Amino acid sequence: MAEETPIPLDRLRGLTQARIALGRVGQALPTGAMLDFQLAHARARDAVSAELRTDGFAEAIGREVIQVASQAGDPVTYLRRPDLGRRLDPADAGRLPRTGADAALIVGDGLSATAVHHHAASLLLALFERLEGWSLAPVVLARHARVALGDEIGAALGARMALVLIGERPGLSAPDSLGAYLTWAPRRGRLDSERNCLSNIRPPHGLGYAAAADRIVALMREAQRLELTGVKLNSDALTGPEPPPTR
Amino acid sequence: MPAYQVDLAGTRFAFASLRALLAAATPLRSGDALAGIAAESAEQRVAARYALADLPLATFLEDFVIPYEADEISRLIVDGHDAPAFAAVAHLTVGGFREWLLDPATDGAAIAAASPGITPEMAAAVSKLMRNQDLIAAARKIRIVTAFRSTIGLPGRLSVRLQPNHPTDDPAGIAASTLDGLLLGSGDAVIGINPASDEIATAATLLTLLDELRQAYEIPTQSCVLGHVTGTIELIRRGAPVDLCFQSIAGTEAANRGFGIDLALLGEAHAATQALGRGTVGSDVMYFETGQGSALSADAHHGVDQQTLECRAYAVARAFRPLLVNSVVGFIGPEYLYDGKQILRAALEDHFCGKLLGLPMGLDICYTNHAEADQDDMDGILTLLGVAGVNFVMGVPGADDIMLNYQSTSFHDALYLRETLGLRPAPEFEAWMQRMGLGDERGRLLESAPAALPWRHIPALAHLDG
Repeated sequence: MAEETPIPLDRLRGLTQARIALGRVGQALPTGAMLDFQLAHARARDAVSAELRTDGFAEAIGREVIQVASQAGDPVTYLRRPDLGRRLDPADAGRLPRTGADAALIVGDGLSATAVHHHAASLLLALFERLEGWSLAPVVLARHARVALGDEIGAALGARMALVLIGERPGLSAPDSLGAYLTWAPRRGRLDSERNCLSNIRPPHGLGYAAAADRIVALMREAQRLELTGVKLNSDALTGPEPPPTR
Repeated sequence: MPAYQVDLAGTRFAFASLRALLAAATPLRSGDALAGIAAESAEQRVAARYALADLPLATFLEDFVIPYEADEISRLIVDGHDAPAFAAVAHLTVGGFREWLLDPATDGAAIAAASPGITPEMAAAVSKLMRNQDLIAAARKIRIVTAFRSTIGLPGRLSVRLQPNHPTDDPAGIAASTLDGLLLGSGDAVIGINPASDEIATAATLLTLLDELRQAYEIPTQSCVLGHVTGTIELIRRGAPVDLCFQSIAGTEAANRGFGIDLALLGEAHAATQALGRGTVGSDVMYFETGQGSALSADAHHGVDQQTLECRAYAVARAFRPLLVNSVVGFIGPEYLYDGKQILRAALEDHFCGKLLGLPMGLDICYTNHAEADQDDMDGILTLLGVAGVNFVMGVPGADDIMLNYQSTSFHDALYLRETLGLRPAPEFEAWMQRMGLGDERGRLLESAPAALPWRHIPALAHLDG
C-alpha cells in the first residue's frame, strides 16, 4: 500500500467482531446499527429469562436424569440471592442416591438456559464417549443453579468429583455460551480457587464439543491422578484463560 | 461511644453502631440486602438519615467503621487525616455539611481546601443525605485536573478512555477498534486495553502496539494494558513502553489482599512507573478502577455497606495522585446493583464522593445482561454525569465489549455528550484532531472528517499492506 493511502474501514471491520465502522448521523448511530444492537441485547435478555426445559433431555442423552432445584425458587430471587442458588432445595436432596461414582455430571441453567438447550446434550454425549470405564452418577439437571450448587449435589451423590456444565452470563455476541467447572471431592464451602474451568463452549463460534470434551476429560484424568482440582492442578496448559469474573 | 438513635413521633429507632447506622441510611440496593445490612423498612431508612443528619462530623474521627488495628486502610485514613484542612467544617453535623456543600457561598476552592480533612466515611455519610440533584450540584463545583500527555478534567472538557478490547488479544483487531475510536474523537483520557490473557508477554505486545500507534500519529495521549501491578513492575523491568500503572482497588485490607495487593506494593509500583518520566505535560501515572460491591464479593466487607466501602477505596487512590480513577459501576451485576435506578444512584454517589475526596473521577457507565437495565438507562446516567462534570467516560465500539461481555458507553455516546452539553476534548487532543482534519477549533468532529487515518507503518498491521 502506498504512503498516505488510508486504511479502508471495511478492511478494519474484517479484523474484529467489535462493532466498528458503524457510520454516524452527526453524533448518532445510523438506524440499522442501533437496531442491530437492540436485537442482540433482546436475545441476551431472553436467554437470561428463559426457563430451563427438561422434557426430552433424558432421551437426548440416553441416560437416567434426576431433576433438582436450588433454593432460589424463582428467577428474580435467583438474580438477587446468589447464595440461595448455591443451596439445594431440601426436598430434592433425598432423591439423590449415594453412588460412590468416579464423577457426577451436573447440568445447570445458570444465567443462560439457552446455552443448556443448545449445547448440553451434545457435550454430554461427547463426554460419555471419552469416559468409557468410568463409573458415572445419574446426570443431574438443576434449575436456578449457581456453580457451587454442584458441591452439594456431588456430595449427596458421594461422587469423587463433580463436573458442572452451566449457562454463562450472556454477552451480546454470545447469548448461549456454556461453561464447565470441575471440583474434586465436592462439598459445601469449596472455594472458586479449588475448581478448574473451561469457558465459552459454543460451537460454531466458540469451543466445539469434541475439543471441549477432550480438554474436560484431560482435566478429569489429571484430577483423578492428583486427587485435587483448582490452582494447584496447574491447569493453564489445559484450559487457557480464566472466564469473566461474574457467575 | 455516642448513641446512634432518633425518636420519630414517639417511636425510638436505635442503631447498634456507626456502621449499622450508615448501612441503614443508604438508599436501597441489592448488595446491602444480600449482606443482610440494609434498612429493615423504608421508615427505618429515613429514621437513620435523621440520626445521621444530627451526627457531628467529628464523630468519624473517634468511631471507625473498621477498627484501626484491624485494617491498614483504616490506619491510612486516620494517620493521613489533615486536621487544619478539617477545621473549616469541623463544627458541622453531617446534615450541616450537606448544606455547606450546597451553599452558593461554598465554591470549588473552598471544597478543595477542606478535602484533605474529609474522611471517606464523612463523604459516604453526607452522600446518603443527598438527593441525586444534590450529588450533581455539589460535584459540579469541584474540578480535579490531572495530566500526563494530555490534561484531563478542565472545566468544559470531557475526555474518553478508548477501550478496544478483543477476546483473544489479537493485535490487528485491537488496532482496528483503536483507529475507529480515534476517528470518532475518543482516546484523550487513555487508550486502555483489558487483556483476555494475564501473560506478561501479551501485555508487552499490546503496549508496543499502542505505543507504535501513538508515535506514528503523534497522538497526545497515554496507553495502558489493565493488568496487575506486579505485572507492570515486571514490564518496566523488561523495558516495555509503560505509560501508566493500573490496579483494581477496594476499601478494605482484606479485599485488597484478594486482589493481591497492599499499600506497600502500590507504593512500589507507583515509584517505578513515575521513575520512567514518560509524561510530557504532567507526571500523574496511576490508573485505578473501583466499584461498589467488590468487598462483599470478596467476603471482606466487615458488615459495612458497599457505598461506604467504595469511599474507602478512594482513600487508597488519593494516596497516589492518580491520573484517572474509574468506577466500573454496573459491571458487578444485579446482586449488588439491581437495575438502572440503583446503577444511576451509585454512579452519582461514586462521582461526587470521589471528587469530594480530591480524585479525578471517571465512570464506566455500564451494565450486564442479567441486570434490569438497557441503553436507555445508560443514556440517562451519561447525561447526568456530563452535567455533574465527570472527567471521562468509556468509549467502547458500539457500546458492546466483546471481551468482557458487558455493555458500556460508545464512541458515539461520548460524541453525543460533548455535542449536547458543549463539552470539548482535552486541549492537547483537540489540537491533534484539528491537525488531523478530524475536528474544528472547538474540538467538534467535522462532518467532512476523513473516514480513515492516513497510512503509517504499524508493524502489527503490516499484513494489511498491499
